[in-house]
Amino acid sequence: MGINDLLNSNFVRWMDAEGSPESDVVISSRVRLARNLRMVPFPHLLDNETGKRCMQEIKNAWQKSTCKELKEMDLITFDQLSFLDRQVLVEKYLISPDHAESDSFFRGLLVNNGGDLAIMLNEEDHLRIQCVLPGLQLGECYRKIQIIDDDLEKNLNFAFDEHRGYLTSCPTNVGTGMRASVMLHLPAISMTVQAKQIFQNISQLGMTVRGLYGEGTEAVGNFFQLSNQITLGQTEEDIISNLTSITMQIVLQERHMRQKIKEQMQDQLEDRVRRAYGILTNAKLITSKEALVLLSDLRLGVDMGIIKNIKPFTLNELIVVIRSAHLQKKVGKELDAVNRDLKRAEVIQEKLLFGKK
Amino acid sequence: MYCEECKQKPATVHFTQMFNGKKTEIHLCEECAAKKGVMFLDTDNKFSISNLLGSFFGSGNLNIHEITAPSPSQRCPGCGMRFMDIVQNGKLGCSECYVTFDQQLEPTLRRIHGNSQHVGKIPVHGGKKVLVKKEIERLKQQLQQAVNREEYEKAAEIRDYIKKLEKKLS
Repeated sequence: MGINDLLNSNFVRWMDAEGSPESDVVISSRVRLARNLRMVPFPHLLDNETGKRCMQEIKNAWQKSTCKELKEMDLITFDQLSFLDRQVLVEKYLISPDHAESDSFFRGLLVNNGGDLAIMLNEEDHLRIQCVLPGLQLGECYRKIQIIDDDLEKNLNFAFDEHRGYLTSCPTNVGTGMRASVMLHLPAISMTVQAKQIFQNISQLGMTVRGLYGEGTEAVGNFFQLSNQITLGQTEEDIISNLTSITMQIVLQERHMRQKIKEQMQDQLEDRVRRAYGILTNAKLITSKEALVLLSDLRLGVDMGIIKNIKPFTLNELIVVIRSAHLQKKVGKELDAVNRDLKRAEVIQEKLLFGKK
Repeated sequence: MYCEECKQKPATVHFTQMFNGKKTEIHLCEECAAKKGVMFLDTDNKFSISNLLGSFFGSGNLNIHEITAPSPSQRCPGCGMRFMDIVQNGKLGCSECYVTFDQQLEPTLRRIHGNSQHVGKIPVHGGKKVLVKKEIERLKQQLQQAVNREEYEKAAEIRDYIKKLEKKLS
């Protein structure tokens, strides 16, 4: 009953950040591999007949699999899910917004209980295998999806070319088919003039910086997604280790800046954090943008020991549960903007005041 | 996505109309679009998101006819796409497109990745041949080294092994 648990509870494995590496700055790590079947049209050209065949092939490979990681997964196709449920999966970072638009029987998701391992079926590519873990754990993410990739390959004929590598529907993914990314919380760096320069340097290193909710979104609340841009001409190991070391440099810089702010502007910092806590725990109506900005301040306060008794889990959970599909799922009906803001304030207070250690 | 009109070819022309706050979307293939008079291909109005991606394929200002000049009507045997459809969509049609349009894709891949040669993982099953080829390349280097060091017995051994592998390939 994995998929129902995922839809009805807030929990996803990456939220459980306690004790994971560099989790004061790195919220989560994600690695995904794009894989396609040879001689089957890419998903954007699939019709009912080819789509059915494609799903059947993948389903067979999954059922034949003896690997624990795959056996623990559940398969759900989008004709079985409501639009709202698909949005819930988007907000948990299990499927992409584009993928969720479809209610087709040949699009779907294979996912385990914790939501840390998932395979998007017929999104932009036939398979997109992903692993998301808390903190900075790109190496571990890659190790896990390798197991799945190797096992699926025993029963599926992946499109691979000696020169071009794994063939993907969009040429920006060809080669390794791998996209590795980290979600970062950078309140201190964002306060400085250096921020712009750091991000510019990153893009020169073949990496991109995006907002919290992925492609095309702005960075609200100092949350940033950093990922590799290049997939051809570099090995998987190089991509992972480059991204890890760049992330580590940013982590050190962020910590250094946090310390500086603490030394030079202790009162102002404390004031900002306390105000954020005050509004979050007292507001009657709150928009998601305002909530994210204040949650960023609160998070900084928790990481720096100004506010105590709030678990990292609660802070991570809040990033997801304040979003509109989760609010509507909780109430069990569609909500207009004002009622969402009302419910959002309620949920935040519930989590912050009753979610203490 | 297929053309809403003929339902045969991939929809490469996407038309959005806003009227009194109501949005209508039409997705057509190029031919049907031309018939319907929704024609932007040869006008100045060539901008869309897929063109943005498609611009990776062409040079600066998108001139589809120029890029596909060598064989504008060549279709991928796997999915029936032409190179200009790919440019329009920003996506390839199937794995065979990479073979069919190999030459046209080369500069595109260089533009995106600064590189056009895969050096990463090779699938154990699907990449058996490639793995053998790589092994032969490695052994040939070893052979050369053995010859340089005048270790002829070892060189002969390696040579025999290479022959065995080459036989396996054919």
